[in-house]
Amino acid sequence: MSIAQFEPVVGRYLRLGVGGKPHRLYVEQAGDGIPLLCLHTAGADSRQYRALLNDAEILERFRVIAFDLPWHGKSSPPPGWQNSEYKLTARAYVETVMAVVDALGLDQPVAIGCSIGGRAVLHLALEHAQRFRALIGLESGAHADPYYDLDWLHRPDVHGGEMCGAMVSGLIAPTAPEADRWETIWHYMQGGPGVFKGDLHYYTSDGDVRARLAQIDTRLCPLFLLTGEYDYSCTPDDTRTLARHIESAQVTIMQGLGHFPVSEDPQRFLAYLRPVLASILERAESS
Amino acid sequence: MSADAIDRLGELANADAWLVHRGRFLDVTFLLEVGSAPCLVHIHRGRIEAIDKGPHVMPRWTFALRAPREAWAAFWQPVPPPGFHDLIAMLKAGALRLDGDQHPFMANLRYFKDLLALPRSHAGGAA
Repeated sequence: MSIAQFEPVVGRYLRLGVGGKPHRLYVEQAGDGIPLLCLHTAGADSRQYRALLNDAEILERFRVIAFDLPWHGKSSPPPGWQNSEYKLTARAYVETVMAVVDALGLDQPVAIGCSIGGRAVLHLALEHAQRFRALIGLESGAHADPYYDLDWLHRPDVHGGEMCGAMVSGLIAPTAPEADRWETIWHYMQGGPGVFKGDLHYYTSDGDVRARLAQIDTRLCPLFLLTGEYDYSCTPDDTRTLARHIESAQVTIMQGLGHFPVSEDPQRFLAYLRPVLASILERAESS
Repeated sequence: MSADAIDRLGELANADAWLVHRGRFLDVTFLLEVGSAPCLVHIHRGRIEAIDKGPHVMPRWTFALRAPREAWAAFWQPVPPPGFHDLIAMLKAGALRLDGDQHPFMANLRYFKDLLALPRSHAGGAA
């Protein structure tokens, strides 16, 4: 039997106001240094970042912070949630991220986001570039059209958890380690009713930034885009198209990874992330 | 998928107790088309009871999955290429067509993804 040990990750609940409503958000942190704020995908939670939060090399130089969006993971939905359909908007997402940045007093953090989080970093680049040291978009596209009827995700005659897990399972690369693949799917199986679907409102509709891409100024804040070759939700071509509209955005297509690189195959992903973090550190040291 | 592999699909599925368990509320007949070769797959309580190869006269099915032979061949490779590694990926790319009443397919999506991927891990169906 192995010796039991705590991970370096510390989780706490943060009380704060977002959009005029009181919220209780679950936040995990580990490490010291430049704040690295992690944004999870639609319908999942901050557990996706468990490898980053445990990586000794990263924790030496970065304070890794991951929080669950309202309605997700251990964060609560706001009071009155039971009376309306959940739909994530660009405004709510950006307000939430900036509320966390302000509440934690983060000075020039790096933000890394995947999928809807990868879209959110584009909104941050547009609206708050000067507050961030760098932005990293994983599986990041300017827009996504739905490719299946999203109503399947939330209806009483289909089990939502089974549906969400099975739907996203194919977005994981076939080479992903079994334990990390199924951990990733489990997070999806645990989402609240309609939450994944509500997040996709932002992904497929409200969060469309195609018309605003030319306004992103990477001189204010560098933008790194990394996309997995097996991702058919945000394809490598979607990310390349995005990058063509943003001067100096840096694109990496990741072999053997899908839509959830941080969670489905963390070690393979970290090999792609380390050079990005190294260049951010280098820039920080030279300025 | 070779004719042999179609024949073996029932055997492979019924030997997978966990797959059968997850399909225990499933009673459906669906049409599986590999190129121009249709077959009707009859499922009862998660077990494949019969696979009827076409051509059929007046076939009845609840939903149909149709893809060209080359698309299934790519899907059944041990490590399939991007876009051919998942049924929904093939649907999005237009390589796979889903017709009919989608409800049993969607409500049992993991079952059908796992069922149709069975030839992948068996050399006989990997060609």
